Amino acid sequence: MSLLEVKDVTKSFSTKRDFLGRRIGWTHAVKGVSFTLDAGECLAVVGESGAGKSTVGRIALRLIEPDSGSITFDGVDVRAARAQELRALRQRMQMIFQDPHSSLDPRMTIGDAVAEPLLVHTDRSRTERERQSAALLERVGLGSRYLGRYPAELSGGQLQRVAIARALALNPAMIVCDEPVAALDVSVRAQVLNLLRELQEDLGLAYLFVCHDLALVEVIADRVLVMAAGEVVEEGTVEQIFAAPQQEYTQRLLSAIPVPLPRDAMGNRITSIGERA
Amino acid sequence: MTEQEVDPRFPDPGDTPVGEVPGPDAEPELPTRPGILRSILRRRSTVVAAVFILLLIVVALAAPLLAPYDPTEQDLLIRLQGPSGAHWLGTDDYGRDALSRLIYGSRVSLWAGLQATGVALILGLPLGVLAGFYGRWLNVLLTRIMDAMMSTPSLVLAITIVAVLGGGITNAMLAIGLVMTPRFFRVARAGTMDVRHETYIEASIALGCSTWRTAVRHILPNVLPPIVLVISVSLGTAVSAEASLSFLGLGVVEPTPSWGSMLKTASSNMSLAPYLVWPPGIMIFLTVLAFTYLGDGVRRALTRSRSGRQD
Repeated sequence: MSLLEVKDVTKSFSTKRDFLGRRIGWTHAVKGVSFTLDAGECLAVVGESGAGKSTVGRIALRLIEPDSGSITFDGVDVRAARAQELRALRQRMQMIFQDPHSSLDPRMTIGDAVAEPLLVHTDRSRTERERQSAALLERVGLGSRYLGRYPAELSGGQLQRVAIARALALNPAMIVCDEPVAALDVSVRAQVLNLLRELQEDLGLAYLFVCHDLALVEVIADRVLVMAAGEVVEEGTVEQIFAAPQQEYTQRLLSAIPVPLPRDAMGNRITSIGERA
Repeated sequence: MTEQEVDPRFPDPGDTPVGEVPGPDAEPELPTRPGILRSILRRRSTVVAAVFILLLIVVALAAPLLAPYDPTEQDLLIRLQGPSGAHWLGTDDYGRDALSRLIYGSRVSLWAGLQATGVALILGLPLGVLAGFYGRWLNVLLTRIMDAMMSTPSLVLAITIVAVLGGGITNAMLAIGLVMTPRFFRVARAGTMDVRHETYIEASIALGCSTWRTAVRHILPNVLPPIVLVISVSLGTAVSAEASLSFLGLGVVEPTPSWGSMLKTASSNMSLAPYLVWPPGIMIFLTVLAFTYLGDGVRRALTRSRSGRQD
């Protein structure tokens, strides 16, 4: 059985309301999306902006309540879970956000931020939590000397490492990565991505990797889910998708990957997404 | 550093794959931030205000030791005497020592300020965070109630409450506190709405924090700096409100001295003893001013440190 099973999930946001507050305009962010994620696997969700990728990631954690559909995590019905059960579930499914500058509380020290999951979900003593958060920081390549620092004192790459340490604290089975490197400098991206890969190998983590950069997907993902306008267009292993994309949309998406030597690639370039008539 | 454990997440340090990050990401020399206290004390106006308030607190606490006379002791033979060696600030229409009354009056003023501000803070802050965090109908409802309260003239409401509940400083301050509640509510609500949609709030929910913890640990600290300013300004307002009510005879009960009741005495003896009006008037003015400056200084310091990005 899969670790995460998302079936036929739909979500629309109201964009307009009349003077009585009734919804009169909708945007269908996600339309009938289904997928599964196995333990230890990395499933990339790709698509252009507005395709509903991030919404899918958040729905999986029930940070956004879907309109319909079912979500099963490790055999538990996530949508039916009550507040208490949901919080217990969240020990095992964590999230890493796009912008590390805003995903950490500016008034909480790095040490407290990393120890917070332990404080919330376990009854470990203060010293024990401190010891463990120091070890977690070491694990993501930051020294324990950062424990007393505030987020404003760290760089984006360092902060994303902190966010990863925080997500790891409870030994989760799955992490939803919402464009985890998109907000980082190119020079730091590879480091953070490598860290994520190593952690996945060592700890057997499953990633739901929301990403618009196909070059990254090829490196990190096992399987790919291609989304467009809220729907799944194509699904397959990285090899399948990159070698023989079936859908025209996927082909266009792939051709939008920047290449190191554009002249060589010009010949087989297809109309890119933005140039669509 | 710390001993490594058997946990698979922390492999032997020998083969730790991810070393210290090189390049621009590494930052061996971490700058130390100046403490909150130091940045508060950097502004001279804040220091002067803080010293003044501290002195005032000391005077209020040590009133029995400092006052040369009993503030309620009457000596009708020396009524309305001007400042002299025996009575530095003169005597009032019952022959009571003005300096002693001024010193004891500081107790009433500070205590009144604390009561009123306390009431407003305890009511306004949680309701404001609640309205901002929960939103929807609760937000609309609470905001409307607070708007209605704000539209009521504070002294008129205070007079009504005192008339219903009876005189005395506690009732009067309860009324003032109630009237000041919307200030705390609005600032807390605005601050909460401001951070409500920050990613770190979503992150704390994703982490499994309870709503209570999210509100108290993540929203509240980010709402506090402007609240500190409101506290301070409210203390000033409450001090002057107490003076107004006591001046009208609705605050302290005679013969308890308060700056407001001293002003009242002074005003009715204006032509005979014009010197009586200055000490309480100046003290009220300075106290309100000091609270305002102190609040502003603390808020500036809190905003400067610990927030903002390093870009």
